[in-house]
Amino acid sequence: MDVAAYAKLLPDITPRNKPFWDGCAAGELRLQKCADCGRYRFPDAPVCPECLSSSASWETASGAGTIWSWCTMHQKYFAAFADEVPYRLVYVRLAEGPLVISVLAEDSDDSAADSGGTSSKELRLDQPVHAVFRPRPGGRVIPQFSTGAAAGM
Amino acid sequence: MAMKDVAIVGVGSSDFRRLYADKSQPNDVYQLAAEAFRDALDDCGATQQDIDGLICTNIKYGQFGETVGLTGPGFVHDLEGTGRMAGISLQEACALVRSGMADMVACVYATNGRTAGTKYGGGDADPAGAYDAMYGMTSTGAYVSMMYQRYQAMYGAPDDALAPLAINNRANGARNPIAVFQKEIDHDEYLSSRFIAEPLRLLDYCIINDGAVAFIVTSLDRARDMRKKPVRVAATAGKAELSRSYISPDFYFETSVAVADRLYQAAGIGPDQIDCMQVYDNFLPTILFTLEGFGHAPRGGSWEWIRDGWIELGGKRPLNTSGGHTSESYMQGFAFHVEAVRQLRGEAGDRQVENCNTVQYMCVSPIVTSHIFVAD
Ligand SMILES: [Zn+2]
Repeated sequence: MDVAAYAKLLPDITPRNKPFWDGCAAGELRLQKCADCGRYRFPDAPVCPECLSSSASWETASGAGTIWSWCTMHQKYFAAFADEVPYRLVYVRLAEGPLVISVLAEDSDDSAADSGGTSSKELRLDQPVHAVFRPRPGGRVIPQFSTGAAAGM
Repeated sequence: MAMKDVAIVGVGSSDFRRLYADKSQPNDVYQLAAEAFRDALDDCGATQQDIDGLICTNIKYGQFGETVGLTGPGFVHDLEGTGRMAGISLQEACALVRSGMADMVACVYATNGRTAGTKYGGGDADPAGAYDAMYGMTSTGAYVSMMYQRYQAMYGAPDDALAPLAINNRANGARNPIAVFQKEIDHDEYLSSRFIAEPLRLLDYCIINDGAVAFIVTSLDRARDMRKKPVRVAATAGKAELSRSYISPDFYFETSVAVADRLYQAAGIGPDQIDCMQVYDNFLPTILFTLEGFGHAPRGGSWEWIRDGWIELGGKRPLNTSGGHTSESYMQGFAFHVEAVRQLRGEAGDRQVENCNTVQYMCVSPIVTSHIFVAD
């Protein structure tokens, strides 16, 4: 992977989203939660879209979700990913509500298949997954998901 | 009080085939726009002095107005260069005419997306989009492919479910002298088309090209004194479904149903009375979502419905008679408006729908819009 090109694709770390990235580094999925109505949101935003409250806290989410859908990218759109095609992307509905784009850890890591994960194989709609955290080239830790058994469960 | 009736009286569009053939240097969007505008004026027998409302999409009214000597309109507005704006553009023109804010409105669109190398994926991500780009996720087509993957799994649509749409668009393109692609394709050619964002193939994608489209809108009363038979806007409706993702969890179904209900009620015309459909097809699955949301085909069953002889020329509801965005050219919805007018006037040549009295435009996107046009 072209590490310099990849670094440019990463979101800037700002005062407002820093708790999310600190969570990733600590192996936790942290989401903003409205202090007034309790709605979770991702990415970070200045107000709650439900009640417009500006007041929110950062909470550790369960990391659980389900696969809403997926696709496999064959086209080379990003220089950073030119050597990776084809690669599979997933769209995960988090147990707390938000939907996120991600990848399956086992698609790039065959050892995950040994623990019961699905390696480059058929996925099912609404298949349960859980968040895992892997450092990427350049060192930033980003959330990925696994279809295998969650640690500690 | 009855609302003032509104009509499209003039249309103009580029020769998309000629433009596609030459990408040696970037085309000037203002030249393309000016030529389409001139053609639209000629088409209805109007001049710049008749135009008192100007709605530009993907170009700027200031430079356009100066280029074509339209320097004193009573109302101007620039719309962003996205496909969802085609329907909005006509809706705004109708609202201006109905309210009396303007008497005759020009809607003008131009792009040089092909020769200028515009990227529809992999470009600079916006702040929210960076959370997708960091995984290599980009391009509207990839988001549509995820909706389609889920649709296929939910409703059992096979690998070749979109083939009838790809084949139909090409068959129609073969009858349209300005279409970029005029060679018909068969089922095997469809299935051998390479994947872009699997499950979507190259033949499921619109054709990025250069070109321009213009149409002129005025009151039906005034339209009847102009050069050609007016095409009345029987009704138009729209509803947004805004989020940071292009993915709608129900494939825009509920939003489309809401638009359809208002549209059919206002027009007093239902899907059974539509003679010809112009369906926004940035990517072919969008047509399935549209047919279902607008009540033309059963929910989850449009992929079977399109195999039953409805959509071809000669069928009960011919679809994308110009070849659509995958064969004529990707003009972000605008050229469908021109095709609707040409069909209703009987000007569509080899691809003319017989006894064509009603045409429906539909665009399923983060702003769902639809119009019903009728021959006056
Ligand atoms: Zn709230």
